[in-house]
Amino acid sequence: MIPLNLADGAPPALHGVTEAPPVLDWWLLAPFLVLFGAGVLGVLLEAFWPKGSRRTAQIALAAAALLGTFLLLVLQVEAVGDGTTIANGVLAVDRTVLFFQGTITVLALISLMLIAERRDGRDAFSAQAATVPGSEEERTHILAGSQHTEVYPLVLFAVLGMLMFPASNDFLVMFIALEVMSLPLYLLCGLARRRRLFSQEAAVKYFLLGAFSSAFFLFGIAMVYGYAGSVNFGVIRQAVESGGAEIFQDGNGEPLLLMGVGLVAIGLLFKVGAVPFHNWKPDVYQGAPTPITALMASCTLVAAFGALLRVFFVPFGTSAAIWEPMLWTVAILTMVVAAIVAVTQRDVKRLLAYSSVVHAGFILTAVVAGSVEGLAGAMFYLAAYGFTTLGAFAVVTLVRTRDGGQELGDLDRWAGLGRRSPGLALALSLFLLAFAGIPLTSGFIGKFAVFEAAVAAGATPLVVIGVLSSAVTAYFYVRIIVVMFFRESEGEGPTVARAGVLTGSVITVGVAATLALGILPGAFLDTLLPSGEPGQEPAAVMVGQVTEVSADE
Amino acid sequence: MSVILVPLVVLAAWREHDDRDDGGRGYFALILALEAMMIGVFAATDVFLFYVFFEAMLIPVYFMIGRYGRGADRAKAAMKFLLYSLAGGLIMLVAVIGVYVIGGTFLWTELTDPGGALAAVDPATARWLFLGFFIAFAIKAPMWPVHTWLPSAAGSSSPGTAVLLVGVLDKVGTYGMLRYCLEMFPAAVSWFVWPVVALSLVSIFYGAILAIGQSDMMRLVAYTSVSHFGFITLGIFALTEQAQAGAALYMVNHGFATGALFLIVGFLIARRGSARIEDYGGVQKVAPKLAGVFLIAGLAGLALPGLAPFVSEFLVFVGVYAFSPVPAVIAALGVVLAALYILWMYQRTMTGPTPEKLSALPDLSGRETWAVAPLIALIIAFGVYPQPLLNVINPAVERTVEAPADEVAVADGDAEGDEE
Repeated sequence: MIPLNLADGAPPALHGVTEAPPVLDWWLLAPFLVLFGAGVLGVLLEAFWPKGSRRTAQIALAAAALLGTFLLLVLQVEAVGDGTTIANGVLAVDRTVLFFQGTITVLALISLMLIAERRDGRDAFSAQAATVPGSEEERTHILAGSQHTEVYPLVLFAVLGMLMFPASNDFLVMFIALEVMSLPLYLLCGLARRRRLFSQEAAVKYFLLGAFSSAFFLFGIAMVYGYAGSVNFGVIRQAVESGGAEIFQDGNGEPLLLMGVGLVAIGLLFKVGAVPFHNWKPDVYQGAPTPITALMASCTLVAAFGALLRVFFVPFGTSAAIWEPMLWTVAILTMVVAAIVAVTQRDVKRLLAYSSVVHAGFILTAVVAGSVEGLAGAMFYLAAYGFTTLGAFAVVTLVRTRDGGQELGDLDRWAGLGRRSPGLALALSLFLLAFAGIPLTSGFIGKFAVFEAAVAAGATPLVVIGVLSSAVTAYFYVRIIVVMFFRESEGEGPTVARAGVLTGSVITVGVAATLALGILPGAFLDTLLPSGEPGQEPAAVMVGQVTEVSADE
Repeated sequence: MSVILVPLVVLAAWREHDDRDDGGRGYFALILALEAMMIGVFAATDVFLFYVFFEAMLIPVYFMIGRYGRGADRAKAAMKFLLYSLAGGLIMLVAVIGVYVIGGTFLWTELTDPGGALAAVDPATARWLFLGFFIAFAIKAPMWPVHTWLPSAAGSSSPGTAVLLVGVLDKVGTYGMLRYCLEMFPAAVSWFVWPVVALSLVSIFYGAILAIGQSDMMRLVAYTSVSHFGFITLGIFALTEQAQAGAALYMVNHGFATGALFLIVGFLIARRGSARIEDYGGVQKVAPKLAGVFLIAGLAGLALPGLAPFVSEFLVFVGVYAFSPVPAVIAALGVVLAALYILWMYQRTMTGPTPEKLSALPDLSGRETWAVAPLIALIIAFGVYPQPLLNVINPAVERTVEAPADEVAVADGDAEGDEE
């Protein structure tokens, strides 16, 4: 099976690459190329740029690359029209994809600000990750002020993977995107300056579990390939419609498809962090340097959901009967289990991790809806959640212990924060209320959009469970507010590091986005989301302009 | 309907005078925010907008209780309040979405259109939707099984907050029942009438009996509210014109009477620093004016003829009797209990020997007098001459009653005009 797969992996385009050179639309490929080029350039800088100003150069390069990518994406919106595929049909470009990519770049740009923030001349990353924690060698590196400027090219590569992930129109490309996205993240997770063993443990855990899930994903691809005879989404879609590739005219192909859908789903749900596959999230979020956690919680989630929506709506769009029961189960489990477990958490980052799991469950209800409204709801939710969660993690980076300047995870010791720095506490309260879905915040509109789509699609029980679970989640969000505002600090309270310009602007952007999307969501909903389509057409019509294109291939 | 309740919101503004010492700037900011949202809630003609205000309202109240309340348990009480309301609100959200999906619009006028899509929905679905709204409103109101947040919230909040909480916020619940439950789901209502009536009766007695057993005046008044809300919901779901007019009137009058009670208890607390009944006694000897207004407010609470709540309670009884005599008779027994808890509280705090500590208790100050006087005046005025209020209420009620009667409910345009 495997050699077969590899052999056929090469010509994803049906005509064969060798006969004619592939037609590449350089203009539409430009965002990927810019990021990739910047990443490579960053690695070169690492080798050749003088050490003193290297960090500045890297930050400038990364920011310029992300900004440039975002501008390119915006410029493409008009040009792409109904959507098309590029590079021999392995990547799709349509408005949905561009939306996801745009959101990811903006969120990445904001997380970059967090990543670049330094306090007392030190950023959040280990001076020299290769040294043994606590060793003499480590101390010399710290004293010498070494730093890992490799962080920035790594982030660029990760973002490149995130851009490709929801744009893939081909399972192999999607797998590559998954790996390009994940590998730098595994590495970044292990780079925390404080509590390094913890951070390394998180990295290893993430890597091992991620590798497992990738294997499942790959195996699923093999099954789907066996069933459909291609890894191209458009072709798979047709194959699913007609009951499999030609060799399955007898109708025996069903098991292959079932296994394929299931295994691919495992890979994707792992990245999303849905419940049976969520165990990495709390550990990794807690252990990773907080700026990286912010990057993962916002951008990776958007990318993973972008890919998930694409996979379920385009290639598997016509086999909803197969995956809907599965996603129902997963969504229910996610919403219920994560909400209940989160109640007992005492660490802020773990709590936010579980909250992200619950949110994944809410978004899954929109996927289950399988409609254009669901897609639009999920897209809005993701964007809104991304901004809010970035802001929340930015606040977390500021609250520190008095002695070591280490971040203060333990929730009980946040008591009295509301008195000490009311602005910060208010901002965090706003984010938490948005997570809880209180009206006039973006979280409410997102939740409403998602649940409305689900009810319209007849998934009312799911929505009832979702609503009950958000009542549970409200408890622990509000508990943080209680601790901050209504409880006096016993003994030594938290100190709040002065917000640097960068972190301050991240929080400001978060607050602004949360309020703007909450109070005036109209502009956003009307112009950017694909809800313009009338009624409840199957989502494939919307996402998968690809289908038409690949049909005439 | 919204017009009637605006005076209650104005009431909120009155009480700003009372708390200047314990409040601080943040408190008044929260009150103003809350006031804006309350006007929004009552003025909304769009279910979605209503929901947005309904939920957003929780946040200022939450901080008012948690931050500016009394006692050690205030954070817990605030949390309890928020969770109860939020749970109810979220259940309502499902119903709101359901209404939107079925009705295709959020606009209240279209949703209540008897020829509209929502009216044509099958009865089972309508019942579920009704239930979704009703649970949220019942929590808000609060009715018997889901009332437990009110005593702790009111008991832990400052008296000013309690006035707003009981006087206005809870009215959103009964207002919602009247306007949304009854008018949007006329078919489902008849199915739910008896369970709701039973719950109302339980609320009346349960609230009254617990009120008798309280030793904290704030909690006592809160429990009397549970009892009074039982009367209101009873009136609403009796589905007769008089009962609903009475219920609507009761909502207003209850705001005056209970608001005055909370304010006066607040004055006592400000003097003595305690809300416990046993800490008081013989107040009438040292502070006759205080005791006097307390008595009037208390008597209003038990619906003495000549005071405003009597009219409304009487209308509710008449209406409910027309609907069915049994609940009316049972509810009337509740009034006896009301007399017991109010008078007993008065007896224990105001009469008898004056303890040492209270001998220097000052009487009402000018500021306090001006805060209570309008309420007392209104209680007496509307008790003697309730017609102005009834004139506003009646057209609205006629419409509401017609809707569940399953007739073509609407509506000469002027009735609607009056109402908005």
